Amino acid sequence: MTNMSIVATAYAAPGHRGTTEPAWVRRVLIGTALTFLALFLFLPLAFIFAQAFAKGIGVYLAAIVADDALAAMRLTLIAAGIAVPLNLVFGVAAAWSIAKFRFAGKNVLTTLIDLPFSVSPVVAGLIYVLVFGLQGWFGEWLREHDLKVIFAVPGIVLATIFVTFPFVARELIPLMQTQGNEQEEAAIVLGASGWQTFWRITLPNIKWGLLYGVILCNARAMGEFGAVSVMSGHIRGSTNTLPLQVEILYNEYQFAAAFAVASLLALLALLTLGLKLIVEWRVPAPRMAKEAA
Amino acid sequence: MNTTAATAPVTDTLHDFHGGRNSVRKEATTQRTRKRAPKRPNVLPGFGLSLGYTLMYLGLIVLLPLSAAFIKTAQLTWPAFVDAVAAPRVVASYKLTFGAAFGAASINAVFGLLVAWVLVRYRFPGKRVADAVVDLPFALPTAVAGIALAGLFSPKGWLGALLLPLGIKVAYTPLGVLVALTFIGLPFVVRTVQPVLEQLPRELEEVAATLGASRWQSFRRVIFPIVTPALLTGFALAFARAIGEYGSVIFIAGNMPMVSEITPLLIITKLEQYDYAGATAIAVVMLLISFALLLVINVLQAWSRHRQGALA
Repeated sequence: MTNMSIVATAYAAPGHRGTTEPAWVRRVLIGTALTFLALFLFLPLAFIFAQAFAKGIGVYLAAIVADDALAAMRLTLIAAGIAVPLNLVFGVAAAWSIAKFRFAGKNVLTTLIDLPFSVSPVVAGLIYVLVFGLQGWFGEWLREHDLKVIFAVPGIVLATIFVTFPFVARELIPLMQTQGNEQEEAAIVLGASGWQTFWRITLPNIKWGLLYGVILCNARAMGEFGAVSVMSGHIRGSTNTLPLQVEILYNEYQFAAAFAVASLLALLALLTLGLKLIVEWRVPAPRMAKEAA
Repeated sequence: MNTTAATAPVTDTLHDFHGGRNSVRKEATTQRTRKRAPKRPNVLPGFGLSLGYTLMYLGLIVLLPLSAAFIKTAQLTWPAFVDAVAAPRVVASYKLTFGAAFGAASINAVFGLLVAWVLVRYRFPGKRVADAVVDLPFALPTAVAGIALAGLFSPKGWLGALLLPLGIKVAYTPLGVLVALTFIGLPFVVRTVQPVLEQLPRELEEVAATLGASRWQSFRRVIFPIVTPALLTGFALAFARAIGEYGSVIFIAGNMPMVSEITPLLIITKLEQYDYAGATAIAVVMLLISFALLLVINVLQAWSRHRQGALA
């Protein structure tokens, strides 16, 4: 009798006859996986909001509307506002040349585009110091012309561009490669100009992939810490982005304020995940999942 | 000359003889390539403009600054370079960084495979939320993750207070580095293994079951070998990300020289002491390791595609 019931449960899942596990194994596996996710992902997220409101809503609001926090918000928006459009234009240009044409060295180019992902953020900041710092290649020239890049806003923007460089391109290249050239060729043969073809044919075809790349690019641009930290010199109110502001408040033991500012970035992360779900729902999921890694 | 010309067809025939399936696949590939890349003039405009812009932007933003690191280091004498990259404090930081990255990637390989399996194979309440939250480490700024983990595991934090009576200290110890790197690396393994599991044909397991294999046997002998290349790719991606990670680690690590100081932090410390040459030399070592890992990952991905292609 006991044997019979075990067999019955094992075969219970419809359509999966003989290829699933006994119910207790399933439960143990699901339980272990969910416990792991809860410990490592849910708990830190809950902790951020719990700490942010630990001293009441008054402290929370005061921390968010503090002058330094507002200045940090402004700089974060500026950095992302410049980096994302620039990398968007680059991503479209790179995908157009790589997906639509044949040329030697294409694989090398694709690998080079992915390069910033394998460079440590700290090293990304360092290389810009070597180029634009006082002892760097352009240091003398910049000082003569009274221009500041390092420890100033341009440096932060540059570092942000570097770390978010591949996002849009790596999303568009495989997408445009699978779509092929036929539609664009038809448009050209029928007399459309290059730009007409791009705006009327290509862009509508790639819009969801483009949006997906932009969402990921923006999340990283607003959240970047290591590279921006090297570039900022930590001048309060003038070269702090939101993540840097979190660090300063935390190191000054203003934990409630630090977590309050951090909760804004956590909300941004949740918004990113939500938008990502919506876009993934529009385009085939397996490809997206692969690209995210 | 004659011999080479004669050997080629012989090996080809031998090859065909040994694996009929192989030759069929080879033919299919050639046909696909021929179809995708027709030998007719491309009528699309904008090649020069788009490629030119791509190369210029890539050169200015990525290649030129990266070359600065190598040029700066090339100006060091060999003994000075060795001094900078092999000092005891630097070596201690390598050991911690690579050890913790390896440990974290291993934990992620085990639990990432488990999470991917559970998400693909089973139905349970909250599955969609669990699936979405896996990407949290991609989306959450590292500094935010850093202070959250440091707070959670500090002696007064939710988890730290539970672990303290057991004598386990996580925050401000090397164990903290391991925790932070595990958090950062999780999505890499799940998101590389998940699509492979999704595309796994059920028939394989049905055949294994009909032939009398137990569930464990068909997992170990049928499913696991197919998933292995993707699992290794995910491991390598998580490892590569972990060795360069900075933001999520520094808050929880304690940052004691020789004990809990990671290599990226050491680079920043040297920069703050205006030791640009020393910082750059260490950065070059890290860059070379990253490039080597990138190569390994490319090979693993090709292997993964090959194994998947063999199934289809």
